[in-house]
Amino acid sequence: MMETIPVFSEKVLDIDAEAVTCAIAESVRQTVFGRLRRRGAVVGLSGGIDSSVSAALCVKALGKDRVLGIMMPEDESSEESLDLGRQLADAIGIEYVTEHIGPTLKALGCYERRDNAIRKIIPEYGAGWKSKIVLPDLVKSSNYALYSVVAQSPTGETYRVRLNSESYLGVVAATNFKQRTRKMMEYFHADRLWYAVAGTPNRLEYAQGFFVKNGDGAADFKPIAHLYKSQVMQLGSYLGVPDAILRRSPTTDTYSMEQSQEEFYFALPLKTMDLCLYARNHNVPSSSVAEGTGLSVEQVGRIYDMIDSKLNSTRYLHLGPQLVEKIEEVDASVHD
Amino acid sequence: MDEVAQKIRTFVIDNLLFGQGGDSFSNDDSFLEKRLIDSMGVLALVEFVAEKFEIPVADSEIVPENWDSVNLIARFVQAKLGSVAS
Repeated sequence: MMETIPVFSEKVLDIDAEAVTCAIAESVRQTVFGRLRRRGAVVGLSGGIDSSVSAALCVKALGKDRVLGIMMPEDESSEESLDLGRQLADAIGIEYVTEHIGPTLKALGCYERRDNAIRKIIPEYGAGWKSKIVLPDLVKSSNYALYSVVAQSPTGETYRVRLNSESYLGVVAATNFKQRTRKMMEYFHADRLWYAVAGTPNRLEYAQGFFVKNGDGAADFKPIAHLYKSQVMQLGSYLGVPDAILRRSPTTDTYSMEQSQEEFYFALPLKTMDLCLYARNHNVPSSSVAEGTGLSVEQVGRIYDMIDSKLNSTRYLHLGPQLVEKIEEVDASVHD
Repeated sequence: MDEVAQKIRTFVIDNLLFGQGGDSFSNDDSFLEKRLIDSMGVLALVEFVAEKFEIPVADSEIVPENWDSVNLIARFVQAKLGSVAS
Protein backbone atom coordinates (compact mmCIF):
# COMPACT_ATOMS: atom_id res chain seq x y z
CA MET A 1 0.00 0.00 0.00
CA MET A 2 1.37 3.41 -0.90
CA GLU A 3 2.31 5.55 2.06
CA THR A 4 0.58 8.95 2.14
CA ILE A 5 3.00 11.70 2.85
CA PRO A 6 1.16 14.56 4.60
CA VAL A 7 1.34 17.88 2.79
CA PHE A 8 2.95 20.61 4.81
CA SER A 9 0.21 23.05 5.71
CA GLU A 10 -0.88 25.53 8.35
CA LYS A 11 -2.36 22.63 10.26
CA VAL A 12 1.11 22.06 11.74
CA LEU A 13 0.45 25.13 13.85
CA ASP A 14 -2.83 23.81 15.32
CA ILE A 15 -2.75 23.61 19.11
CA ASP A 16 -4.96 22.35 21.89
CA ALA A 17 -5.82 25.81 23.17
CA GLU A 18 -7.05 24.60 26.53
CA ALA A 19 -3.94 22.54 27.22
CA VAL A 20 -1.59 25.29 26.09
CA THR A 21 -3.44 27.83 28.23
CA CYS A 22 -3.08 25.60 31.29
CA ALA A 23 0.60 25.04 30.64
CA ILE A 24 1.34 28.74 30.21
CA ALA A 25 -0.78 29.69 33.23
CA GLU A 26 1.13 27.23 35.39
CA SER A 27 4.45 28.51 34.10
CA VAL A 28 3.48 32.15 34.71
CA ARG A 29 2.31 31.31 38.19
CA GLN A 30 5.55 29.55 39.04
CA THR A 31 7.56 32.38 37.55
CA VAL A 32 5.76 35.38 39.04
CA PHE A 33 4.95 33.99 42.48
CA GLY A 34 7.76 31.48 42.83
CA ARG A 35 10.86 32.64 41.02
CA LEU A 36 10.30 36.40 40.91
CA ARG A 37 8.30 36.61 44.16
CA ARG A 38 6.04 39.31 42.80
CA ARG A 39 2.38 39.94 43.67
CA GLY A 40 1.04 40.20 40.13
CA ALA A 41 1.73 41.34 36.59
CA VAL A 42 1.67 44.54 34.59
CA VAL A 43 0.82 44.24 30.89
CA GLY A 44 1.10 47.05 28.36
CA LEU A 45 -2.05 46.89 26.24
CA SER A 46 -1.69 48.01 22.64
CA GLY A 47 -5.09 46.81 21.49
CA GLY A 48 -3.35 44.08 19.49
CA ILE A 49 -3.73 40.33 19.75
CA ASP A 50 -0.37 39.65 21.41
CA SER A 51 -0.78 41.93 24.41
CA SER A 52 -4.44 40.90 24.68
CA VAL A 53 -3.62 37.20 24.86
CA SER A 54 -0.71 37.87 27.22
CA ALA A 55 -3.00 39.75 29.58
CA ALA A 56 -5.71 37.08 29.39
CA LEU A 57 -3.13 34.41 30.20
CA CYS A 58 -1.89 36.42 33.16
CA VAL A 59 -5.46 36.53 34.45
CA LYS A 60 -5.72 32.75 34.11
CA ALA A 61 -2.45 32.38 35.95
CA LEU A 62 -2.66 34.97 38.67
CA GLY A 63 -6.29 36.05 38.94
CA LYS A 64 -7.79 39.22 37.54
CA ASP A 65 -7.14 41.19 40.72
CA ARG A 66 -3.42 40.72 40.28
CA VAL A 67 -3.12 42.01 36.71
CA LEU A 68 -2.88 45.68 35.76
CA GLY A 69 -3.32 46.76 32.17
CA ILE A 70 -1.63 49.93 30.97
CA MET A 71 -2.64 51.85 27.86
CA MET A 72 0.05 54.23 26.69
CA PRO A 73 -1.13 56.32 23.76
CA GLU A 74 1.07 58.99 22.22
CA ASP A 75 0.57 61.73 19.68
CA GLU A 76 0.75 59.39 16.69
CA SER A 77 -0.86 56.19 17.93
CA SER A 78 -4.32 55.31 16.71
CA GLU A 79 -7.45 55.97 18.73
CA GLU A 80 -8.49 52.48 17.83
CA SER A 81 -5.58 51.04 19.83
CA LEU A 82 -6.75 52.82 22.94
CA ASP A 83 -10.34 51.78 22.44
CA LEU A 84 -9.46 48.14 21.83
CA GLY A 85 -7.16 48.08 24.84
CA ARG A 86 -10.03 49.20 27.03
CA GLN A 87 -12.37 46.63 25.48
CA LEU A 88 -9.90 43.90 26.28
CA ALA A 89 -9.39 45.06 29.85
CA ASP A 90 -13.16 45.08 30.37
CA ALA A 91 -13.55 41.68 28.73
CA ILE A 92 -11.07 40.00 31.07
CA GLY A 93 -12.07 42.06 34.09
CA ILE A 94 -8.77 43.74 34.94
CA GLU A 95 -8.06 47.16 36.30
CA TYR A 96 -6.29 49.46 33.85
CA VAL A 97 -4.66 52.86 33.70
CA THR A 98 -4.07 55.17 30.76
CA GLU A 99 -0.78 57.03 30.62
CA HIS A 100 -0.38 59.43 27.72
CA ILE A 101 3.30 59.40 26.86
CA GLY A 102 3.07 62.04 24.13
CA PRO A 103 4.37 64.88 26.33
CA THR A 104 7.26 62.71 27.50
CA LEU A 105 8.18 61.81 23.94
CA LYS A 106 7.97 65.43 22.93
CA ALA A 107 10.25 66.46 25.78
CA LEU A 108 12.73 63.78 24.70
CA GLY A 109 12.65 65.18 21.19
CA CYS A 110 11.33 61.89 19.80
CA TYR A 111 9.17 63.43 17.08
CA GLU A 112 11.55 66.28 16.31
CA ARG A 113 14.62 64.05 16.04
CA ARG A 114 12.72 61.63 13.82
CA ASP A 115 11.53 64.45 11.59
CA ASN A 116 15.03 65.93 11.38
CA ALA A 117 16.36 62.56 10.23
CA ILE A 118 13.70 62.37 7.51
CA ARG A 119 14.39 65.94 6.43
CA LYS A 120 17.93 64.93 5.53
CA ILE A 121 16.47 63.10 2.55
CA ILE A 122 13.09 64.82 2.10
CA PRO A 123 13.90 68.48 2.87
CA GLU A 124 10.26 69.56 2.62
CA TYR A 125 9.14 67.17 5.39
CA GLY A 126 7.58 69.11 8.21
CA ALA A 127 4.47 69.95 10.19
CA GLY A 128 1.40 68.12 9.00
CA TRP A 129 3.34 65.44 7.14
CA LYS A 130 3.01 61.76 7.97
CA SER A 131 5.50 58.98 7.44
CA LYS A 132 6.42 55.35 7.88
CA ILE A 133 9.36 53.18 6.93
CA VAL A 134 8.97 50.18 4.65
CA LEU A 135 11.03 47.38 3.19
CA PRO A 136 11.12 46.36 -0.47
CA ASP A 137 9.66 43.04 -1.51
CA LEU A 138 12.31 40.63 -0.28
CA VAL A 139 10.62 37.50 -1.51
CA LYS A 140 10.00 38.18 -5.17
CA SER A 141 13.65 38.95 -5.85
CA SER A 142 16.97 39.15 -4.07
CA ASN A 143 16.79 42.62 -2.59
CA TYR A 144 18.75 43.84 0.36
CA ALA A 145 16.64 44.77 3.36
CA LEU A 146 17.12 48.51 2.88
CA TYR A 147 14.36 50.67 4.28
CA SER A 148 12.68 53.53 2.49
CA VAL A 149 10.64 56.25 4.06
CA VAL A 150 7.15 56.79 2.70
CA ALA A 151 6.05 60.33 3.44
CA GLN A 152 2.73 61.97 2.81
CA SER A 153 2.40 65.73 2.59
CA PRO A 154 -0.57 67.57 4.16
CA THR A 155 -2.06 67.88 0.66
CA GLY A 156 -1.86 64.15 0.06
CA GLU A 157 1.19 63.72 -2.18
CA THR A 158 3.17 60.61 -1.33
CA TYR A 159 6.92 60.20 -1.70
CA ARG A 160 9.03 57.11 -1.28
CA VAL A 161 12.76 57.62 -0.80
CA ARG A 162 15.40 55.11 0.26
CA LEU A 163 16.92 56.01 3.60
CA ASN A 164 20.66 56.50 3.73
CA SER A 165 22.44 55.08 6.77
CA GLU A 166 22.41 58.33 8.75
CA SER A 167 18.71 58.89 8.18
CA TYR A 168 17.77 55.27 8.79
CA LEU A 169 19.62 55.07 12.08
CA GLY A 170 18.30 58.50 13.07
CA VAL A 171 14.68 57.54 12.39
CA VAL A 172 14.97 54.23 14.22
CA ALA A 173 16.81 55.69 17.20
CA ALA A 174 14.24 58.44 17.62
CA THR A 175 11.30 56.11 17.15
CA ASN A 176 12.74 53.67 19.69
CA PHE A 177 11.99 56.27 22.33
CA LYS A 178 8.36 55.16 22.06
CA GLN A 179 8.96 51.55 23.07
CA ARG A 180 11.50 52.48 25.73
CA THR A 181 9.25 55.12 27.29
CA ARG A 182 6.38 52.65 27.43
CA LYS A 183 8.57 50.10 29.16
CA MET A 184 9.71 52.75 31.65
CA MET A 185 6.07 53.40 32.49
CA GLU A 186 5.33 49.69 32.87
CA TYR A 187 8.19 49.33 35.33
CA PHE A 188 7.01 52.36 37.29
CA HIS A 189 3.67 50.66 37.91
CA ALA A 190 5.32 47.31 38.51
CA ASP A 191 7.63 48.82 41.09
CA ARG A 192 4.87 50.62 42.98
CA LEU A 193 2.70 47.48 43.07
CA TRP A 194 5.51 44.93 43.49
CA TYR A 195 4.39 43.33 40.26
CA ALA A 196 6.36 41.74 37.43
CA VAL A 197 6.34 43.14 33.89
CA ALA A 198 5.02 40.90 31.14
CA GLY A 199 6.60 41.12 27.70
CA THR A 200 4.26 40.32 24.85
CA PRO A 201 6.26 39.27 21.80
CA ASN A 202 5.19 36.23 19.82
CA ARG A 203 7.77 33.79 18.51
CA LEU A 204 8.22 35.51 15.17
CA GLU A 205 8.98 38.81 16.85
CA TYR A 206 11.16 37.31 19.57
CA ALA A 207 13.18 34.99 17.35
CA GLN A 208 13.59 37.42 14.49
CA GLY A 209 14.49 40.37 16.68
CA PHE A 210 11.47 42.54 15.93
CA PHE A 211 11.65 44.45 19.17
CA VAL A 212 13.53 47.37 20.65
CA LYS A 213 16.37 46.50 22.99
CA ASN A 214 15.35 47.61 26.47
CA GLY A 215 12.09 48.77 24.98
CA ASP A 216 9.41 46.21 24.26
CA GLY A 217 12.24 43.68 24.43
CA ALA A 218 12.58 44.19 28.16
CA ALA A 219 10.39 42.22 30.54
CA ASP A 220 10.43 39.95 33.56
CA PHE A 221 8.63 37.17 31.74
CA LYS A 222 7.24 36.58 28.26
CA PRO A 223 4.25 34.23 28.24
CA ILE A 224 3.81 33.87 24.46
CA ALA A 225 7.36 34.20 23.12
CA HIS A 226 7.36 30.49 22.24
CA LEU A 227 4.09 30.67 20.28
CA TYR A 228 3.75 31.28 16.56
CA LYS A 229 1.40 34.09 15.65
CA SER A 230 -1.22 31.66 14.37
CA GLN A 231 -1.15 29.92 17.74
CA VAL A 232 -1.58 33.23 19.55
CA MET A 233 -4.69 33.78 17.42
CA GLN A 234 -6.03 30.36 18.43
CA LEU A 235 -5.54 31.21 22.08
CA GLY A 236 -7.20 34.56 21.51
CA SER A 237 -10.36 32.84 20.30
CA TYR A 238 -10.27 30.38 23.19
CA LEU A 239 -9.67 33.04 25.86
CA GLY A 240 -12.51 35.27 24.71
CA VAL A 241 -10.47 38.16 23.32
CA PRO A 242 -12.97 40.56 21.70
CA ASP A 243 -13.72 39.93 18.02
CA ALA A 244 -12.62 43.42 17.06
CA ILE A 245 -9.11 42.57 18.26
CA LEU A 246 -9.10 39.13 16.64
CA ARG A 247 -10.13 40.67 13.31
CA ARG A 248 -7.77 43.64 13.47
CA SER A 249 -4.99 43.74 10.86
CA PRO A 250 -1.67 43.59 12.67
CA THR A 251 -0.14 47.02 12.81
CA THR A 252 3.03 48.33 14.34
CA ASP A 253 1.18 51.52 15.44
CA THR A 254 4.59 53.17 15.61
CA TYR A 255 4.58 55.64 12.74
CA SER A 256 2.24 58.49 11.86
CA MET A 257 1.24 56.68 8.66
CA GLU A 258 -0.34 53.32 9.21
CA GLN A 259 2.32 50.67 8.77
CA SER A 260 1.38 47.04 8.46
CA GLN A 261 3.61 44.52 10.13
CA GLU A 262 4.23 43.04 6.68
CA GLU A 263 5.66 46.30 5.38
CA PHE A 264 8.00 46.37 8.32
CA TYR A 265 8.88 42.69 8.35
CA PHE A 266 9.26 40.81 5.10
CA ALA A 267 6.58 41.96 2.68
CA LEU A 268 4.92 38.61 3.31
CA PRO A 269 1.57 37.87 4.89
CA LEU A 270 2.19 37.16 8.56
CA LYS A 271 0.53 33.77 8.22
CA THR A 272 3.05 32.75 5.58
CA MET A 273 5.99 34.14 7.51
CA ASP A 274 4.83 32.24 10.58
CA LEU A 275 4.60 28.99 8.69
CA CYS A 276 8.00 29.48 7.09
CA LEU A 277 9.57 30.13 10.49
CA TYR A 278 8.04 26.91 11.78
CA ALA A 279 9.27 25.08 8.71
CA ARG A 280 12.78 26.47 9.11
CA ASN A 281 12.87 25.50 12.75
CA HIS A 282 11.84 21.97 11.84
CA ASN A 283 14.06 21.64 8.76
CA VAL A 284 11.13 21.13 6.44
CA PRO A 285 12.38 20.91 2.84
CA SER A 286 11.73 23.99 0.72
CA SER A 287 9.79 21.90 -1.77
CA SER A 288 7.27 20.83 0.89
CA VAL A 289 6.84 24.38 2.11
CA ALA A 290 6.38 25.59 -1.44
CA GLU A 291 3.68 23.02 -2.02
CA GLY A 292 1.89 23.97 1.17
CA THR A 293 2.09 27.75 0.76
CA GLY A 294 1.89 28.39 -2.97
CA LEU A 295 5.30 30.04 -2.96
CA SER A 296 7.97 28.88 -5.37
CA VAL A 297 10.83 26.74 -4.10
CA GLU A 298 13.16 29.63 -4.89
CA GLN A 299 11.06 32.03 -2.82
CA VAL A 300 11.04 29.65 0.13
CA GLY A 301 14.80 29.40 -0.17
CA ARG A 302 15.03 33.16 -0.05
CA ILE A 303 12.77 33.29 3.01
CA TYR A 304 14.90 30.66 4.74
CA ASP A 305 17.99 32.76 4.01
CA MET A 306 16.27 35.85 5.41
CA ILE A 307 15.27 34.01 8.57
CA ASP A 308 18.82 32.76 9.11
CA SER A 309 20.30 36.13 8.33
CA LYS A 310 17.96 37.97 10.69
CA LEU A 311 18.66 35.48 13.47
CA ASN A 312 22.35 36.21 13.03
CA SER A 313 22.12 39.97 12.71
CA THR A 314 19.84 40.43 15.72
CA ARG A 315 21.95 38.54 18.25
CA TYR A 316 22.84 41.91 19.69
CA LEU A 317 19.23 42.42 20.76
CA HIS A 318 19.20 39.23 22.81
CA LEU A 319 22.52 39.72 24.51
CA GLY A 320 22.49 41.03 28.04
CA PRO A 321 25.29 43.13 29.49
CA GLN A 322 28.66 41.61 28.64
CA LEU A 323 30.98 41.20 31.61
CA VAL A 324 34.74 40.92 31.65
CA GLU A 325 34.54 37.88 33.89
CA LYS A 326 31.84 35.83 35.55
CA ILE A 327 30.44 37.01 38.87
CA GLU A 328 29.93 33.61 40.42
CA GLU A 329 27.88 34.65 43.38
CA VAL A 330 25.33 36.36 41.14
CA ASP A 331 25.32 33.52 38.62
CA ALA A 332 24.65 31.01 41.39
CA SER A 333 21.80 33.06 42.80
CA VAL A 334 20.21 33.70 39.40
CA HIS A 335 20.26 30.05 38.44
CA ASP A 336 18.81 28.72 41.71
CA MET B 1 44.95 43.10 -6.26
CA ASP B 2 43.93 46.20 -8.14
CA GLU B 3 43.71 49.52 -6.40
CA VAL B 4 39.89 49.71 -6.43
CA ALA B 5 39.51 46.27 -4.89
CA GLN B 6 42.17 47.10 -2.30
CA LYS B 7 40.35 50.26 -1.19
CA ILE B 8 37.08 48.38 -0.92
CA ARG B 9 38.67 45.54 1.01
CA THR B 10 40.35 47.98 3.41
CA PHE B 11 37.02 49.74 4.02
CA VAL B 12 35.29 46.44 4.75
CA ILE B 13 37.97 45.33 7.20
CA ASP B 14 38.37 48.68 8.96
CA ASN B 15 34.77 49.88 9.09
CA LEU B 16 32.57 46.82 8.92
CA LEU B 17 34.73 44.21 10.62
CA PHE B 18 36.40 46.75 12.92
CA GLY B 19 39.88 45.53 12.10
CA GLN B 20 39.05 41.90 12.86
CA GLY B 21 38.64 38.99 10.51
CA GLY B 22 40.84 40.36 7.78
CA ASP B 23 42.05 36.83 7.02
CA SER B 24 38.60 35.30 7.08
CA PHE B 25 37.50 36.12 3.56
CA SER B 26 38.76 36.38 0.02
CA ASN B 27 37.79 39.02 -2.48
CA ASP B 28 35.51 36.53 -4.18
CA ASP B 29 33.73 35.34 -1.05
CA SER B 30 30.04 36.12 -0.81
CA PHE B 31 29.29 38.51 2.04
CA LEU B 32 25.80 37.01 2.33
CA GLU B 33 26.92 33.40 2.45
CA LYS B 34 29.70 34.10 4.91
CA ARG B 35 27.40 36.39 6.93
CA LEU B 36 30.17 38.93 6.99
CA ILE B 37 28.05 42.04 6.70
CA ASP B 38 24.36 42.78 7.00
CA SER B 39 22.12 45.27 5.21
CA MET B 40 23.51 48.18 7.23
CA GLY B 41 26.96 47.16 6.09
CA VAL B 42 25.84 47.15 2.48
CA LEU B 43 24.41 50.62 2.95
CA ALA B 44 27.71 51.83 4.39
CA LEU B 45 29.58 50.26 1.47
CA VAL B 46 27.32 51.93 -1.08
CA GLU B 47 27.84 55.31 0.54
CA PHE B 48 31.60 54.80 0.79
CA VAL B 49 31.91 53.72 -2.83
CA ALA B 50 29.70 56.55 -4.13
CA GLU B 51 31.77 59.13 -2.26
CA LYS B 52 35.22 57.63 -2.72
CA PHE B 53 34.96 56.96 -6.41
CA GLU B 54 32.51 59.80 -7.15
CA ILE B 55 30.04 57.58 -8.97
CA PRO B 56 26.24 57.65 -8.88
CA VAL B 57 24.57 54.51 -7.53
CA ALA B 58 20.90 54.05 -8.35
CA ASP B 59 18.67 52.20 -5.91
CA SER B 60 18.05 49.58 -8.58
CA GLU B 61 21.80 48.88 -8.69
CA ILE B 62 21.98 47.96 -5.00
CA VAL B 63 21.60 44.24 -5.55
CA PRO B 64 23.80 41.28 -4.58
CA GLU B 65 24.99 40.94 -8.18
CA ASN B 66 26.87 44.21 -7.69
CA TRP B 67 27.64 44.23 -3.96
CA ASP B 68 28.06 40.73 -2.62
CA SER B 69 31.86 40.51 -2.69
CA VAL B 70 34.88 42.77 -2.93
CA ASN B 71 35.47 41.79 -6.54
CA LEU B 72 31.83 42.26 -7.53
CA ILE B 73 31.91 45.76 -6.10
CA ALA B 74 35.24 46.50 -7.80
CA ARG B 75 33.80 45.32 -11.11
CA PHE B 76 30.73 47.51 -10.59
CA VAL B 77 32.93 50.53 -9.81
CA GLN B 78 35.17 49.93 -12.84
CA ALA B 79 32.13 49.71 -15.10
CA LYS B 80 30.80 52.95 -13.68
CA LEU B 81 34.14 54.72 -14.01
CA GLY B 82 34.39 53.50 -17.55
CA SER B 83 30.95 54.86 -18.43
CA VAL B 84 31.57 58.14 -16.56
CA ALA B 85 34.80 58.67 -18.50
CA SER B 86 33.20 58.05 -21.91
